[in-house]
Amino acid sequence: MAPFLEVKNLTQKYSAGTPFEHTALDDVSFTLDRGEFIGVIGHTGSGKSTLMQHLNGLLKPDSGSVLLDGTDIWQDKKTTRQTRFRVGLVFQYPEYQLFEETVYKDIAFGPKNMGLDAAEIDRRVREATAAVGLDDALLTVSPFDLSGGQKRRVAIAGVLAMEPELLILDEPTAGLDPAGREEILSYIDGYRKAKHATIMMVSHSMGDVARMADRLIVMNRARIAFDAAPEQVFRHADELIKMGLDIPVLTRVFMKLKELGLPVEPVYTEKQAVAALCALRGGSADA
Amino acid sequence: MLKDVTLGQYFPGKSVIHRLDPRTKLLVLIGYIVALFLAVSWASYGVVFVFLAGSIAISGIPVKSFFKGMKPLIFILVFTGILNLFFTQGETVLVHFWKITITLEGVIRAFFMIFRILLLITGTFLLTYTTSPIALTDGLESLLSPLKKIKLPVHELSMMMCIALRFIPTLIEETDKIMSAQKARGADFESGKLMQRVRALVPILVPLFISAFRRADELATAMECRCYQGGDGRTKMKLLHMRSWDYYSFLAGAVVIAAVCVLRSFGL
Amino acid sequence: MNKAISVEHLKYAYPGVDDTPDIVVFEDLNLQIEQGSFVAILGGNGCGKSTLAKHFNSILLPCGGKVYVYGMDTSDEEKLIAVRRCTGMVFQNPDNQIVANVVEEDVAFGPENLGFASPEIRNRVDRALKQVGMYEYREHAPHLLSGGQKQRVAIAGVIAMEPKCIVLDEPTAMLDPRGRAEVMETITRLNAEKGITVILITHHMDEAAQAQRVVVLHGGKVAADGTPEEVFSQVELLHGIGLAAPDTVELCWELNKLGFDLPLSSLDPDDCAQILYERLKV
Repeated sequence: MAPFLEVKNLTQKYSAGTPFEHTALDDVSFTLDRGEFIGVIGHTGSGKSTLMQHLNGLLKPDSGSVLLDGTDIWQDKKTTRQTRFRVGLVFQYPEYQLFEETVYKDIAFGPKNMGLDAAEIDRRVREATAAVGLDDALLTVSPFDLSGGQKRRVAIAGVLAMEPELLILDEPTAGLDPAGREEILSYIDGYRKAKHATIMMVSHSMGDVARMADRLIVMNRARIAFDAAPEQVFRHADELIKMGLDIPVLTRVFMKLKELGLPVEPVYTEKQAVAALCALRGGSADA
Repeated sequence: MLKDVTLGQYFPGKSVIHRLDPRTKLLVLIGYIVALFLAVSWASYGVVFVFLAGSIAISGIPVKSFFKGMKPLIFILVFTGILNLFFTQGETVLVHFWKITITLEGVIRAFFMIFRILLLITGTFLLTYTTSPIALTDGLESLLSPLKKIKLPVHELSMMMCIALRFIPTLIEETDKIMSAQKARGADFESGKLMQRVRALVPILVPLFISAFRRADELATAMECRCYQGGDGRTKMKLLHMRSWDYYSFLAGAVVIAAVCVLRSFGL
Repeated sequence: MNKAISVEHLKYAYPGVDDTPDIVVFEDLNLQIEQGSFVAILGGNGCGKSTLAKHFNSILLPCGGKVYVYGMDTSDEEKLIAVRRCTGMVFQNPDNQIVANVVEEDVAFGPENLGFASPEIRNRVDRALKQVGMYEYREHAPHLLSGGQKQRVAIAGVIAMEPKCIVLDEPTAMLDPRGRAEVMETITRLNAEKGITVILITHHMDEAAQAQRVVVLHGGKVAADGTPEEVFSQVELLHGIGLAAPDTVELCWELNKLGFDLPLSSLDPDDCAQILYERLKV
């Protein structure tokens, strides 16, 4: 069976043939499975935003292809349009795209474009609203009267209501305080579990990515530098730092511990750190 | 992509023309246009042409760029040409069929009109190619400053122009982003009847306006924080200075106008 | 005079629209900030930290109580320009505070408003751009710079007015890690070398940890105030108001629940590793 999503030798150049030509993606290949949570990291200009837009057909590859269930998303117009609905894209600061008079209408915009009937649209709007923890009473309110955090959630609900099989989010927690960040992350993971959807999250926050994702793709200079489980990726801490990336603080702590001579392997989440240190003390974690 | 739209035609450079005071360039351009409209003969057009060609040569701007800039205006040129060609009365009939008559006078007149418009546009291009928008705004503000006496808000107008220039690229980028985001939600901007297409713009225009207002509000606060209180008491870092080259330019401009006037008085 | 800013019994409420009641932000807030210090004001979304910042510059005026900036009452209209010359403001979105379409023209905007002569403005602009490391970019168009670079231009625009104090309202919220590091490095340096008072409003714990003093705001009140070590060791309090301590402190706190008995003062990874090492070495 063909993989859920396959990217084959994807290359994208901007301003080709002019002195400003630069390669945004250079021969990028990977596959995604259903239900995976992938974290994408890379500094600004590493090609990650361009990659995102390729996956749902907003950009057309210069060469290479994107296959969804084995079908090229650019095969014909209908397939490209369907891809927009099967692959949901949440841009950075999505609250700046709200435009309807009510929250309900704004969340319904996507499903309406899909050509669904009124009953199905209603079901999806209500389900998406609940999925981001918003109260039904807010549906009749103007989105512009909401707080910043609520607007963000309405915008994410607008994409969830299309029930995409692959949900891509660019910095969904940017500008939120720790409590707000935690909530958004839990809604995203909740959606994955409820729909067995694939999640791809672009983030600068290494801590968040390391904790949420079961696989990391590291972009550097238009190419994939690493594509592996977090523990394997963070083993290359020095290279990550050279690429201008942060590594999780706890990984740094453990690198230092190792340097000081303690027999520990790098970790990247608090849970792992606690377990490792408890083991070292010679007690169990629930002592 | 919208991002590829280039705004402002400024070609940075170090030539004498680039370094002239923007006020000089504006005034000489006005003089040049006056000369162009006073010119009635081959000889006087020749004088104006030599002046322009010389200026372009000094500026070092490739002639090709002027042709490129001319492209959107071809329609106006052709239209003017045809109008003059067909509707000029004259003695020497060249072609005559059905109701259409083309006379030698018509051909000459059409040629002159096209040539005049070409010279006019090229001269204006030379100004915008060699002067940064901000220098141009400064120059205009300085030239118009006497109008403050009749309560014309000259400083405010030039400040508005500056801010518009500053924010056009930002808003274009923003439009691009909003368009992508709405496309990702299945918005369709490319098909449908005219009304549908117009309606499809709502999801772009509403967020764009809201964002523009938010930006304007934040910018106003930021400007206040930086002690902005209008034009009174405000000074400039870059002062406009007339140097010897500016005076030579005025002289050259005056010579051209004088030459055209003299030729005109001889009926040329 | 060693008080940069003094907030005394500040009351403030945003007027309600139509029939809705006023939104009370501060009822009785008191806060003193010393000249030359580097203070982080920390709080969750909607805790009133940006509202407070706007009082430091007479953008907002108290409904009750007083705010003094270097001894000047911010509600005294005659002192308006003097207050704004003393405290410069840098905002979150760098795009919305850059006025001109050439970097150096933008930095000149403040000094031009103050009516300095051209050579003096030129000096200030060059100095300010060098201080933030953007001198080579002085003739660039701002929209082509990176976020961190734009924010440094905005900072240069403020320091060209030679204020005694800079207030930065979430200056790194829209930046990537590289841009954040650039901005943090710039402001710590301005504080250390030029003695400029820095008030950094943020919800990033690791940024607040770089300050000399951390003030935590919650519900319009000061919830905690002290050195970063003092404030961040109050983990329960931070959790209670939707904030978190730096990861290193959180780790030690979790371990303490399991009987590790570690101090909660390690704000950087090396310190934390050292503490753990002391505790665990055989």
